[in-house]
Amino acid sequence: MNPVLAADITLPHINYGAIAPILILLGMACVGVLAEAFLPRTLRYPVQVLVSLVAQVAGLATIIGLALSNYAKKPTLTAGDALAVDGPGLFLQGAVLVLGIVATLLIAERSVERGGAFVAQAAVTAGSEADAEQARRQPSQTEIFPLSLFALGGMMLFVSANDLLTMFVALEVFSLPLYLMCALARRRRLLSQEAAVKYFLLGAFSSAFFVYGIAMLYGFAGSVKFHDIAVAAISSGKSDLLMFIGLAMLAIGLLFKAAAVPFHVWTPDVYQGAPTPVTALMASCTKVAAFGGILRIFYVAFLDSRWDWRPVIGVIAVLTMVIGAILAVTQTDIKRLLAYSSIANAGYVLTGVLAMQKDGISSSLFYLVTYGFTVLAAFGLVTLVRDQDGEATHLSRWAGLGRKAPVLAGVFTFLMLSFAGIPLTSGFTGKFAVFSAALGGGQTTLVIFGVLSSVLLAFPYLRVVVLMYLQEPAADAPTVAVPGALTSAALAIGAIVTLLLGVWPSVLLDVANSAAQFVG
Amino acid sequence: MSGYLGSYATLGILLVVGVVLFGAAFAGNRLLRPHRPDPGKLTTYESGVDPVGGDWAQAEIRYYVFAYLYVLFAVESVFLFPWALVFARPGFGTTTLVEMAVFVAVLLLGLLYAWRKGVLRWT
Repeated sequence: MNPVLAADITLPHINYGAIAPILILLGMACVGVLAEAFLPRTLRYPVQVLVSLVAQVAGLATIIGLALSNYAKKPTLTAGDALAVDGPGLFLQGAVLVLGIVATLLIAERSVERGGAFVAQAAVTAGSEADAEQARRQPSQTEIFPLSLFALGGMMLFVSANDLLTMFVALEVFSLPLYLMCALARRRRLLSQEAAVKYFLLGAFSSAFFVYGIAMLYGFAGSVKFHDIAVAAISSGKSDLLMFIGLAMLAIGLLFKAAAVPFHVWTPDVYQGAPTPVTALMASCTKVAAFGGILRIFYVAFLDSRWDWRPVIGVIAVLTMVIGAILAVTQTDIKRLLAYSSIANAGYVLTGVLAMQKDGISSSLFYLVTYGFTVLAAFGLVTLVRDQDGEATHLSRWAGLGRKAPVLAGVFTFLMLSFAGIPLTSGFTGKFAVFSAALGGGQTTLVIFGVLSSVLLAFPYLRVVVLMYLQEPAADAPTVAVPGALTSAALAIGAIVTLLLGVWPSVLLDVANSAAQFVG
Repeated sequence: MSGYLGSYATLGILLVVGVVLFGAAFAGNRLLRPHRPDPGKLTTYESGVDPVGGDWAQAEIRYYVFAYLYVLFAVESVFLFPWALVFARPGFGTTTLVEMAVFVAVLLLGLLYAWRKGVLRWT
């Protein structure tokens, strides 16, 4: 008999309870697809919003249940060691869902832009007569909801993947829906489609790097499991070269998703072109997922070889912070400014990651959540400043908004101060956490660059504030839309969490601390 | 022909022989045939029809969608073969059957969706 057929194959045991959150999300996404196929057009929107929110709330409840029933303290591996259910995994899954719920509120909004922020039929040629007609009359298509559920489910799979192949599959599961979602803007459709194509092509390149890295590491360790790679890194007699090539390729794939310099060039174009609620989803949830993967790979598979690769990733962290901050200064479009700020913020999280000890994990987890809420609220506010062409994103159009819309300008100022790291905001506590973890881990250089770049980064943020309050509004200044209930809820949650975590960070930091132990 | 790279020598020789054979055939052809070009002969060959339009013509999206659906089910059958080999073994049985049913159901969901969206209708 063929030796492959004769080999002893055993059915992997799957602990369905432990991976229930992922199954709920992906299963409900399938329900969403069915609803899209069989419900009449008018019923789809309410059903999809309901399915989407119920799925995420149920998933979140299950995660909390798992964490309380001690999965966080007694982590398990399941499905043939392909998935890890441990503290950081559960925390990151919860973070993806909490941020995902707020992003879903923004996606579901239909009163700010009549019919919603998404195109009705994406296949209609942009700029044609049929396109103008559908932009005027038809409401948004509702496929965006199952797509976002698939993306969120993929992200949850990604942060708990315990071998490289599962991680790659999860990477694709969450990337493919995101590529599509980028192309669905109702206004400026060509820009949106261009963003989607750019994101897709560059994302495909980075996936190719990732797969090539998997092949190299399999050649080195003879296994794709993180634990086996960690063992091989200490005890393998083979040349380390193969391992470092593999690690470099994996890192390229992951740092691309996290938008670290020099793998950041897609970020401003995609963030600008994508519909703003989708940009909010990418800036918060994708960032959490990407850094979840980076944390697990670095802390589980490559912890013992850290002396060799840490300087290289350190240089990337410095470049990310400094170049992100410098380029943010030169931006004239609010969405591009926030994109460069999200690049610089990736550098701050990377600084926390490179502490390579327990509080490095907990501070990175904490930072990801604080940043996610603030950036969601910021992009939520961007959707409100509008003129007849849709969102007015050019900074000059924001002049004098403080007089026209004091509440909006006030909240935006508060969020900008949080980004700049002013005390009593979550931006300050998050930066304090990652920088003190990095100092404890001996990464003083990184912290110096981090502090300097955040001083630099304060300039573009404060420039927006100055623009809003101290300049005269133009004659044709954009109007500020009255936010619907969903956007109001999202904005309120984002702003309140930003304040809460700034005043009382221990409420989340304690959870992050108790979760910060990977299963090997 | 020995050593680590020895086994590649056959491949290299095959490549060389291939190039030489190709060159010889075309050189022989060039020497033997008469050479009388006219505009009709120099146009692109398109199965006897006069070629029309540029090469940036828009492709019919429906071909793409059908090819895509085909790939979906080709991939499904690739997974079915190894499954069919192990499923009768002791210790597999019902669980394996249910898992494959779930897998096929998810793909079927895609087909249902395509059907409801009118992808399967040609006109």
